[in-house]
Amino acid sequence: MTKTCLTFRDLTLGYNSHPAIHHLDGTIRRGSLTAVVGANGSGKSTLMKGIVGVLKPMAGTVVRAPGVRAAYLPQQSELDRSFPARVVDLVSLGLWPRRGLLGRYTREDRDSVSQALMAVGLGGFEKRPIDTLSGGQLQRTLFARVLLQDADLILLDEPFNAVDTKTVGDLIALIKRWHGEERTILVVVHDLELVRQNFPETLLLARQPIAWGETRETLRPENLLRARRFHEAWEENAPWCEPDKHGDHGHDHAHDHHHGSGPRAA
Amino acid sequence: MMDTLYGLLIAPFAEFAFMQRALAGSLMLSLGACPVGVFLMLRRMSLSGDAMAHAILPGAAAGFLFYGLEILPMTIGGLIAGIIVALGAGAVSRFTIQREDASMAAFYLISLAIGVLMVSIRGSSVDLMHVLFGTVLALNNEALTLIGGIVLVTLVSLAIFWRGLVAECLDPLFLRSVSRLGSPVHFIFLGLVVLNLVGGFQALGTLLSVGLMMLPAAAARFWTMRVEPMCVLAVLIGFASCVAGLLLSYHVSLPSGPAIILSAGVVYFASILFGTRGILRARIIHHRHRTA
Repeated sequence: MTKTCLTFRDLTLGYNSHPAIHHLDGTIRRGSLTAVVGANGSGKSTLMKGIVGVLKPMAGTVVRAPGVRAAYLPQQSELDRSFPARVVDLVSLGLWPRRGLLGRYTREDRDSVSQALMAVGLGGFEKRPIDTLSGGQLQRTLFARVLLQDADLILLDEPFNAVDTKTVGDLIALIKRWHGEERTILVVVHDLELVRQNFPETLLLARQPIAWGETRETLRPENLLRARRFHEAWEENAPWCEPDKHGDHGHDHAHDHHHGSGPRAA
Repeated sequence: MMDTLYGLLIAPFAEFAFMQRALAGSLMLSLGACPVGVFLMLRRMSLSGDAMAHAILPGAAAGFLFYGLEILPMTIGGLIAGIIVALGAGAVSRFTIQREDASMAAFYLISLAIGVLMVSIRGSSVDLMHVLFGTVLALNNEALTLIGGIVLVTLVSLAIFWRGLVAECLDPLFLRSVSRLGSPVHFIFLGLVVLNLVGGFQALGTLLSVGLMMLPAAAARFWTMRVEPMCVLAVLIGFASCVAGLLLSYHVSLPSGPAIILSAGVVYFASILFGTRGILRARIIHHRHRTA
């Protein structure tokens, strides 16, 4: 059995021919708990979308180990809150990997929905219409859905937005429980203190990885400084990245974004 | 007293075969079209139904031009035109930055123009009225069988794809992350819309069939917070509108199609006012609140 859960091979993801993740290589170990950190526009959410497969790579590949099922909590969900559904209907969507389109929900399934709601502190919310939930309650409802998906690979994109301190504690506890169950977890987080305390590994992004590894090493001040200096805006006339020029980082290419210097060559 | 009631409500259906056919046809139509309308409304595509109804016209007109006022060619023609427009508009919105409202508008306007052109090449405005406003009081066996088949296909498809359809409406990004069914479900749904509109234009005409699809759904929205009861309620409102409309048309000699739609319109306005989620409830009764 392989120890690798995810492999990035020369992965470039982006929009309108501009890269948001540029030539990413590396692997995510099975059972690891990794925080993904970086400034706005550094490619964190884009990486998540690429892993889930809702965004197709412009170049390179993301390879999931065979049989790995992913659960994804997006930063901006496309949830239609005006849709007439109850909390239990929304959370039950998490049964999809198990029951699919036609499988009947069993008594056991309904129990696991209730348990998932309990686990995020929303016991008794089953019958509430989703348009009456607060922002934080909705976020916890979506967490319950992730819980129910029972996935090997869990991707959480800024899950602590609009969530109060107590609930952040509950959700962290939940993440640690998943970690204990040998699931692979990637979480986009902004609060560095939270990362230092709870996440063994960190990927620091600024369109390409600035540092990646053990959290204390990764979040050293010089790395953070480099990450902060990266150039957020696209340059309309940035030169095309030629396929044969990348891969040997360390040389100074015209297009090279190495060391967070940004595409300033033009 | 009982005699008067019988004469008013039952006798028209008991005594005239054409009324029985009209009733059977329109009730079956409600059974399929109203749940489809609920999902159209919940997907904020209420006006797309209207657009699709126009889009069917060139196909129906082509059938009409070549075969006269015959059901099968007109239906098949309408189906083909509707599916081309639905797939085209759906594909543009799925695979480009343009939203479905804009692509749908573009496709149906082109389609409608072609349709009007075809009808005007040969035929009079009376013919056009036939196509646009239908003939519920002249449904033959062929038409009834067709409507029955359409209803069967609709109900079976809804039963099979229910969970996917709800997921696609409620949280499309989630569905994309766990399954590839999102796009197929959307296109199957558009197909059902076309199918039901085509079924409806025999009975009510292209323009009014969308009314039987949308008005009961829009009215049902004011009464319930869940999809399943909403669909059931929409069907019941559809049934009531058909019965009331046909009786109205019989007793007062009104055209049947508009009479059915206007009956549904009355239910719609009543629901706005008196529905459990309607204006009066929200304004007056909800002044009281609980402690927690």
